[in-house]
Amino acid sequence: MIQTVKLKGGSPIFDKVFKVMAAIAATYILAIIILIAFQLISGSYPIWDKEGISFLTGSGWNAVEGREVYGAAPYIAGTFVTAGLAMLIGVPISIGIAMFMSELAPKFLRSPLSFVIELLAAVPSVIYGLWGLFIFRDYIKNWIEIPLGNTFGNKVWFLSGAPFGLDIFTTSIVLAIMIIPTISTISREIMIAVPNSQREAAYMLGATKWEVFKMAVIPYSKSGLIGASILGLGRAVGETMAVTMLIGNATGPSAFPSSLFAPGQTMSSIIANEFAEASPGSLHLAALVGIGLILLIVAIAINIVAQLLVSRVLKAHEGAVLA
Amino acid sequence: MITIEQRAEFRKHFRNNISSRLITDKIVKGIVFGCVVLAIVPLTSILLEVVRNGAPTLSIAFFTQEPGAVGSNQLGGIGPAIQGTLMLIGMSSLIGVPVGVMGGIFLSEYGNNKYGHMIRFFNDVLAEFPTIVIGLFAFIVIVLVLGNFSLIAGMFALSIIMLPIITRTTEESLKLVPVTYREAGYALGIKRWVVVTRILLTSAKSGLITGIMLAVARIGGETAPLIFTILGSSQFFTGFDQPMDALPLRIWRLSLLPYNSSIAQGWGAALVLILIVLSLNIGMRYLFLGKRGRGGRFRITAGR
Amino acid sequence: MDDLESQQVDKMETVTRTPIIRKYVEEPQYKLIAENIVASYNGIEAVKNISVKFRERAVTALIGPSGCGKTTFLRCLNRMHELSQNAKVTGKVLLDGQDLYSKRDDAIIHRRKIGMVFQKPNPFPTMSIYDNVAAGLKLNGVRDRKIIDQIVQGCLEMVYLWDEVKDDLKKPGMSMSGGQQQRLCIARALAIQPEVLLMDEPASALDPIATQKIEEMINELKKEYTIIIVTHNMQQAVRVSDYTGFMYLGDLVEFGETKQIFENPRNEITAKYVQGQFG
Repeated sequence: MIQTVKLKGGSPIFDKVFKVMAAIAATYILAIIILIAFQLISGSYPIWDKEGISFLTGSGWNAVEGREVYGAAPYIAGTFVTAGLAMLIGVPISIGIAMFMSELAPKFLRSPLSFVIELLAAVPSVIYGLWGLFIFRDYIKNWIEIPLGNTFGNKVWFLSGAPFGLDIFTTSIVLAIMIIPTISTISREIMIAVPNSQREAAYMLGATKWEVFKMAVIPYSKSGLIGASILGLGRAVGETMAVTMLIGNATGPSAFPSSLFAPGQTMSSIIANEFAEASPGSLHLAALVGIGLILLIVAIAINIVAQLLVSRVLKAHEGAVLA
Repeated sequence: MITIEQRAEFRKHFRNNISSRLITDKIVKGIVFGCVVLAIVPLTSILLEVVRNGAPTLSIAFFTQEPGAVGSNQLGGIGPAIQGTLMLIGMSSLIGVPVGVMGGIFLSEYGNNKYGHMIRFFNDVLAEFPTIVIGLFAFIVIVLVLGNFSLIAGMFALSIIMLPIITRTTEESLKLVPVTYREAGYALGIKRWVVVTRILLTSAKSGLITGIMLAVARIGGETAPLIFTILGSSQFFTGFDQPMDALPLRIWRLSLLPYNSSIAQGWGAALVLILIVLSLNIGMRYLFLGKRGRGGRFRITAGR
Repeated sequence: MDDLESQQVDKMETVTRTPIIRKYVEEPQYKLIAENIVASYNGIEAVKNISVKFRERAVTALIGPSGCGKTTFLRCLNRMHELSQNAKVTGKVLLDGQDLYSKRDDAIIHRRKIGMVFQKPNPFPTMSIYDNVAAGLKLNGVRDRKIIDQIVQGCLEMVYLWDEVKDDLKKPGMSMSGGQQQRLCIARALAIQPEVLLMDEPASALDPIATQKIEEMINELKKEYTIIIVTHNMQQAVRVSDYTGFMYLGDLVEFGETKQIFENPRNEITAKYVQGQFG
């Protein structure tokens, strides 16, 4: 008898308690998000108070007391330029990989391949940074940057400057490698979600694999693929360690991305780099927190757009399966 | 209507373009294959270089000693960093796992309403928060309040990073348990909380463990939030309210030093870290994910 | 198997009262000939060595209980089956005497000649009605705008859709009803001017009125096309087809004139099936 009572869970109060505990855990997630937003806003209040809108538009950066001036514009620009370049390189490659995995690869290759992509996803950022700093940088500098710089450096503004290897170009390429797993994995799922009846319709008309892809797969999955790419953009924007180690860490107006071969700075890298020098309660720290706030808003906005696009496509697919 | 004569006329307009289309098809296939190679090359290079540069530094002393003075002949080891990473993983799991699992239970069992959808959405958003921002947050609410960089702050930051991963995988795993299990439990008059804890969690065990391990692998490689919380140290554990070292942090600090011996140690630490992270990921993949399709449920992400 | 097959064909000839001598003259009238088709899926044989000849400008129905391999067999006829994962086909399919399976790369040429309509309507959702019909033309290098217009109109007329949609050609194909979508898919298949039309339960997802329209259309189309239709619905087979093949567990059990199959089946299982005793 006692056994049964125990098994069945005793008084209904336990049920209530359990549900409340689960609800509290779920609410904790929400609370953390709200608290993060609140703390970043209040922590950066001094800088908004002092600089106002020029914190967003200004490019000066001086932490010397008495001459303090903080403008985040170069770092915002640096973030968008590096992330944008990473997209430019990473998205086509990722879509290609996704296409290979969903449409072309023979069955025995699919699983090892997704394993490789998962490995790429599992390597910590700091190791990408280490590899970029001591291995990749030399290749990029000697094989690409110096030849390009010698040939076009005088004529093309975005290839000017003395190639050093620690610059926007190297950073963007490493970022591109880092976002490939994200974009290609989600893109593959989205392509797999395209109903086979669509592919068959195109095959029936005598289409080749590529034409089937162009005709049936791409139009059907377009918004999901855009969503996957934007999710990759979100990753690139928030990426810290590899960027900090590779971008060359310029500050002030010179951090404005002017050439691919010039050092730059992103929002996340300036926080990581300058944090040690900012004493508690200083305007400098408030400025870094302020940049954190901007970074958070940008990242959230990017992610919400991406989540909506991706989930809509995958949900439509689930619906189709049930129907 | 199309007459037979018309059809013959129409057919004349069909170009015999098959061979050129097949060539295009081949070229595209070649490019697509090239994309795959482009992704494999850096991965191979990273793994090879980490092993090549890291392996020579490995020794008992490397694992057990404290780091020597910078630039001196006494290299020392990365003992505190290994200790710190393990402690951080354990401590963060202490918060992250129970809260995450309960959150997942809420979403799966009680979350089919507006509030549940909202939490689910924000959980996904939190999963993509730049971790440096989470580090800043932990710095403000813990380090500034306690007046000291500490292991606790690091634990807090990492637990936030774990949370959405575990919540999501728990929810997904519970949803995979057939409805009949639940119905059978309720039909026997078993209370919901017992059904969930005894029946559902047991059935979803492998998914749960996978989610937890992926989250652990993820925070094991996190660097950015640790800069703001545990700061780094060259000593073994001195207290929960004291600064501490961790592997990724140590790799970063070593890479900034101008000594070849330090950089070599950085590679060694990288090898240790990558072994931990990859063995967690790969281990999980083969233990639990192999049987069913992986899909988006258990997405591997790396520490940032 | 071969014996059975020739036996059946002989019987069919007798029924159609075609003198044996004229058989050689009539041979070209077989538009599509399948020889020893074996198709497997994940190692399981879904079609076990089927040989059959399909007459030109006639409707041939393939009937049988679900899982008997009729759809798989149909998909072998235009090399569609091999697109599925783990799918294998052996045997020959001769279209006007030319083997479709002789060269690996040729599938795209042959599929154009053998149009297919699927169980569920599958228009391209992002394309307009016009573009859906014209999709195959662009692939095949038809560039003349006027010709494309003519073909689109002609094909939509053939499926009795022109009057319904002629003012909405720019609307997406998905905006139409299920029956209209299916007819759009037939128009899309007809646009590339195929010689054979394969239909895989084209009306199974449709209401009776839409089904009736499709059937009327098939009766009209058979004046020009060789049509092979897989159907679940025996009344439909009776209404639209000239010849019927009954398939069971991957075998072609009986093949003959529709009238004979339904009124005077020679095989016991066929008899049971057409009398509705199982299925």
